[in-house]
Amino acid sequence: MRTFDYLRAHDAATAMAEAAKPETRFLAGGTTLLDLMKLNVERPARLVDITRLSGLDTIEVSADVIRIGALAKMSKVADHADIKAAAPVLSESLWRAASAQLRNMASIGGNLMQRTRCTYFRDPGAYANCNKRNPGSGCAAIEGVNRNHAVLGVSDACIAIYPGDFAVSLVAFDARVVVRGSSDRIIPVDNFFLLPGQTPHLEHPLAPGEMIVGIEIPRSPALKRSHYLKVRDRASYEFAAASAAVGIELEADGKTIRDVRIAVGGVATKPWRLRAVEASLKGKTLDEATLRTAAAASVKGAKSSGHNAFKIGLTPKVVARALMTVGDIA
Amino acid sequence: MHLTINGAGRDLDLDSRTTLLDALREHAGLTGTKKGCDQGQCGACTVHVDGDRVLACLTLAAQAEGRTITTIEGLAGTDGALHAVQAAFIEQDAFQCGYCTPGQIMSAVACIREGHTGSDDEIREYMSGNLCRCGAYPHIVAAVRDAARRLKTEPAR
Repeated sequence: MRTFDYLRAHDAATAMAEAAKPETRFLAGGTTLLDLMKLNVERPARLVDITRLSGLDTIEVSADVIRIGALAKMSKVADHADIKAAAPVLSESLWRAASAQLRNMASIGGNLMQRTRCTYFRDPGAYANCNKRNPGSGCAAIEGVNRNHAVLGVSDACIAIYPGDFAVSLVAFDARVVVRGSSDRIIPVDNFFLLPGQTPHLEHPLAPGEMIVGIEIPRSPALKRSHYLKVRDRASYEFAAASAAVGIELEADGKTIRDVRIAVGGVATKPWRLRAVEASLKGKTLDEATLRTAAAASVKGAKSSGHNAFKIGLTPKVVARALMTVGDIA
Repeated sequence: MHLTINGAGRDLDLDSRTTLLDALREHAGLTGTKKGCDQGQCGACTVHVDGDRVLACLTLAAQAEGRTITTIEGLAGTDGALHAVQAAFIEQDAFQCGYCTPGQIMSAVACIREGHTGSDDEIREYMSGNLCRCGAYPHIVAAVRDAARRLKTEPAR
């Protein structure tokens, strides 16, 4: 690991000023950053530890919005009674991620900054070619072992998967990322994650020194009736082979779909909202055949790189099953 | 750097890169906490920081300064009496080689305190961050289940 200077910040202004300096990274839970530093993927010269900043770990559920501070731990959000009641999908996508120990360490803001688990990205010693690490150097995954690489949102420069769960829920329910820099600004979470295109090294629209201070999730009936289904190679402590964050609101007749939200994870280069599938379901009657027909379009535009072709078959089934579960017709 | 480990203050001279795991094992002489993968994937290095179970291999020692650190060495009573979870692991024969055991036990103590022992499935889910290459899982689940039951009727330590 490269040597680095460690600075412990006691106020946000100092933290942001220090982090704006070259080769500097914020350190929160460290579960991604320290791991990647050990692998020589991340090589910062300075770390600014922001875990002692006060007032950034609050969780607030009000009548129309849920506000989560950037330093709230994944475990605390997952176990929060009001969040479980108002937004089951948020709790489920958190406790089905990582392990109890990692969830006690990882912060919500850091969770948004989680980086891909692409095995080639994580192995600079063996693979010099990675457009995410070294722009223009090529991609070892496209012709490599790519069973757990993306089929949606890919480019000829990068097929690295976005591995997280929580942000899939956030994208489905129009969450907003609150960022503090020279002034505060709000970024819709869908725009917070960038497609790889020809610049896979650019993952977020953050300026140097800008800090995530919180997340806001607007409350809705669909959020209250929501669910996160995660399908994986083993029962627990594993990344998704495919996952779906869904929510549904029915008309007073109890069978006509008024509102529906769908995003998928484990299959795309960023948390992947399925707006066209949602639109095709609004006003329809909730039944298995309708859901399966609509879910077939989940993988529109998907591109296999070989070993990951199974994800194209799996994704519509995961979407349909998640909707059937939340619609009580499973 | 000043660390508080198992109730005792320790002054250690550490490189900024030193993880809490290496600080414990190589500098404080507490080798009960094990280094398995050193990548946050196996749970062998599980310790408690301010009462929460965390991975010492992905925690910088500097991040633990000013916090309360508890390792497997700090679990037994001052009279040497084993913690209920330690006793249950012995009674249930919940290990073969024993390398993952300190992490399993530290994780189990927290799992019970968190209230995630309602069923064997819940125990498996909330203990899934601790791998056992010997495959002693059925006995580990039995030990956690037994210890949870015992701690319900005895005062928690």
